[in-house]
Amino acid sequence: MLSQGFVSAAAIAASVLFILSLGGLSNQEKAKRAVWYGIVGMAVAVFFTTFGPGIGGYWWMIPMMVIGSVIGWRVAKRVEMTEMPQLVAALHSFVGLAAVFVAWNADLERIRVLGDRAAGLTDMQYSAFAALVATKDQAELTFLQLEIIFAIFIGAVTFTGSIIAYGKLAGSVDGKPRQLPGGHMLNAAAAALSLVMAIAYMNDAGFWTLLVLAALAFFIGYHLIMGIGGADMPVVVSMLNSYSGWAAAAIGFTLSNDLLIVTGALVGSSGAILSYIMCKAMNRKFLNVILGGFGGPQGAAAEIEGEQVAIDAGGVAAALNEADSVVIVPGYGLAVAQAQGAVSELTRKLRAKGKEVRFAIHPVAGRLPGHMNVLLAEAKVPYDIVLEMDEINDDFPSTDVVIVIGSNDIVNPAAQDDPNSPIAGMPVLEVWKAKQVFVSKRGQGTGYSGIENPLFFKENTRMFYGDAKDSLNALLPLVD
Amino acid sequence: MRIGCPSEIFEGERRVALTPESAGQLAKLGHECLIESGAGEGAGFSDADYKAAGVEVVKTAAALWKAADIVIKVREPNETEAKRLRKGQTLISFFWPAQNEALLEQCRAKGATVIAMDMVPRISRAQKMDALSSMANIAGYRAVIEAGNNFGRFFTGQVTAAGKVPPAKVLVVGAGVAGLAAIGTSVALGAVTHAFDVRPEVAEQVESMGAEFVYLDFAESTQDGAATGGYAAPSSPEFREAQLAKFRELAPEMDIVITTALIPGRPAPKLWTEDMVAAMKPGSVVVDLAAEKGGNCDLTRADEKVVSDNGVTVIGYTDFPSRMATQSSTLYATNIRHMLTDLTPEKDGVVVHDMEDDVIRGATVTHAGEITFPPPPPKVAAIAAAKPKEKKPEPTAAEKRAAEAAAFQAQTKAQVTLLAVGGGLMLLLGQIAPASFMQHFIVFVLACFVGFQVIWGVSHSLHTPLMAVTNAISGIIVLGAILQIGSGNWIIVVLAAISVLIATINIVGGFVVTRRMLAMFQKS
Repeated sequence: MLSQGFVSAAAIAASVLFILSLGGLSNQEKAKRAVWYGIVGMAVAVFFTTFGPGIGGYWWMIPMMVIGSVIGWRVAKRVEMTEMPQLVAALHSFVGLAAVFVAWNADLERIRVLGDRAAGLTDMQYSAFAALVATKDQAELTFLQLEIIFAIFIGAVTFTGSIIAYGKLAGSVDGKPRQLPGGHMLNAAAAALSLVMAIAYMNDAGFWTLLVLAALAFFIGYHLIMGIGGADMPVVVSMLNSYSGWAAAAIGFTLSNDLLIVTGALVGSSGAILSYIMCKAMNRKFLNVILGGFGGPQGAAAEIEGEQVAIDAGGVAAALNEADSVVIVPGYGLAVAQAQGAVSELTRKLRAKGKEVRFAIHPVAGRLPGHMNVLLAEAKVPYDIVLEMDEINDDFPSTDVVIVIGSNDIVNPAAQDDPNSPIAGMPVLEVWKAKQVFVSKRGQGTGYSGIENPLFFKENTRMFYGDAKDSLNALLPLVD
Repeated sequence: MRIGCPSEIFEGERRVALTPESAGQLAKLGHECLIESGAGEGAGFSDADYKAAGVEVVKTAAALWKAADIVIKVREPNETEAKRLRKGQTLISFFWPAQNEALLEQCRAKGATVIAMDMVPRISRAQKMDALSSMANIAGYRAVIEAGNNFGRFFTGQVTAAGKVPPAKVLVVGAGVAGLAAIGTSVALGAVTHAFDVRPEVAEQVESMGAEFVYLDFAESTQDGAATGGYAAPSSPEFREAQLAKFRELAPEMDIVITTALIPGRPAPKLWTEDMVAAMKPGSVVVDLAAEKGGNCDLTRADEKVVSDNGVTVIGYTDFPSRMATQSSTLYATNIRHMLTDLTPEKDGVVVHDMEDDVIRGATVTHAGEITFPPPPPKVAAIAAAKPKEKKPEPTAAEKRAAEAAAFQAQTKAQVTLLAVGGGLMLLLGQIAPASFMQHFIVFVLACFVGFQVIWGVSHSLHTPLMAVTNAISGIIVLGAILQIGSGNWIIVVLAAISVLIATINIVGGFVVTRRMLAMFQKS
């Protein structure tokens, strides 16, 4: 058995390693080292805690760890890069569920210790956590109860919310916003009832209040995320990421464990910042996204003049053969069509001919922050030609050809020109300033926000209809 | 329908309205083409070429006019030709209906339909039949070539073994279609090119072609070309003065001046005055593309080349397109062919004269025994009206400083308020919370701060790996389960065991997938 001193030292080391691990993600090369910091930090934390004072139940613990490792390993090796959003959401749900279990356990231990105390048993041999509870005085125990409430509530919302997010991303739950009759009033009622349960629990109503509390929070998580549309998932997933962190931090308070608190806070703030960045990129308020739907148009949208002109692969290829600089704007449609390989092949061909090919990534392209970058990386597109919106927006006027693949709202000029547009003020990629724009799109439908895109009607825009992958594959042999 | 193309009668006109190529295209529309013998000679197309393209060659003009249902021409018809028109026949040519009222009346009386190529409205859809633009394009090109022909030096600057040659300096006045073509040609030849136009919105187009736009120091509500269908409108006397002053300043420097300024329906404005010509260096050239309308230059004489007292050549030719007859015939014939394509919607050789169509309605000047000129304004605006752009006055340095100071103050205020409120809340919490909780709380708050600082530095492209790695480390919750799993209560043990299981999936899965993703990021 390692002494408490070892365990504390390990906790400090692990905290530092986690911070370094997150900080190292500032660039692609450092990141490869940074992930090792995280792995080592986690190994140190788990090892020293496992063999710390007062730990038992190894016969349960070790097999579970082995099984969990194998499952985790297999899932992570098998997952397709287009399925990353689902995987991330699924993993969030685990943290949420674990938080609920651990918090329940904490209360069960509290009841057990209090029972022993009332029975006058003072020299019980408690295991690690129970031993800690036994040292707490009355005020601390009250706070312990508060912490348990928080941990259960946040954990439970994270759990069901992530499961629904997973379902929406995987396509097994309808991506459209959908709520039970009553809408947000139901959420408010559930929240109010949760408060009642919390108060009852604080007044020693018993363990059942925590079960009801968890059930109510499960409902809130489910209902909240059901009401949010598929394209808002970047915000939802980063929000759930944040919640899973706060849940871990709340558990840290419950267990009086600083390492859990530090790690939870790091993860929580990371998710919060990501949500903030995503909201900013859509020019929407966080609450507006979470409460779902657009606020409805504030007036008649500007009329669009002109017509959508279609073009075939030959026409696109001719333009590409003549162009010197090409910018490709990928969106969720690229992921849906699994066209990243074809895009990469096109890029390779064009670059081999000495053309400048770059990618422009809008912060909310895809269903996960940074989704497009990962997809392109998977297809072996070098990351130094994949640029952010701010880096490339000024270059569009000097670009010969822009190819928009499966994105719509993020290239909608109405965001800048039409104050009545529902997406007015949202930062967009100014592709229409390029000499020629090709839009690869399945049909004439509108984007996620349901608004017309004047880009498609512009004189320098040609519509390249069809499945993105098929279209690009048809294009490839024509580019020489 | 039988489409006939007679020879041009106007003296010196070498263009022709039908080329062998366009005849082939017209045949595809179901039309039959006729040409007067020798009509294409001036443009370099022999009768044999036409015959090879399936065109019937007709000996005399009279026979052709009689045989054709539609007559296509370049210049407007003269007296004789107008007399040959008959009821139901269609004439397509340049017509200038505003200037040729008598001719218009004569055609109406004959009962013929006349489509004036110069009246094609300036809308996007009609660009392919905008013959004025295609002719202006040629005129602009030719103007530079003519200037070069009369200019004794290179256009481009060179450093040779025999000494240094400075580049020619070219000023193009009026950046319409002709002006832009002249700018493009001149830049391509290597001259230092300047350009001026009364419509400041064309500055961008001028600069995109590699020329320098000459700006005036003049604060007038600027002209909006969109209101006049893309053409220039007369300017105020004050503006004119400012403009002339600028030209006077530029005149001594410029080697070649090409003026293209025209205002629809008015004589050309006088922009290059006698004293400007006098100020130019000997050997300089002025090419006046507005000569037909009186010229932009005081010395211009239509269809002539004059040399001023100080040796400046002023060219006032009015037949630039005709001087490049092959090129201009090809383009004009294509414009005509597009017009006929629109007139033959079913491609079956049957002409449908649809007076509801904006383009056909606009170009038709007589139809069914009536004069239909001037046409009503087109339903589609030529160019979207430019939205009035509010220019905010550039803030002065003092204002900027004041604004910065105010922003700084507001920020300070917000931060201090936040800190005060936060501090107050902490104080309250400290009153009721036990000391051990507060210690953990300090750790929590500090960790949040560290988190915020660190995460802002994360690259956007690594946001997905960031989420995966935070996923993995939020599996740290396994520690909680480990601390509980040794409990004596079996429910606790079971719940803790499940928690260990799923948290481990999280840890291992998160890290493995992060590594997989990061390994994919490759530099080129």
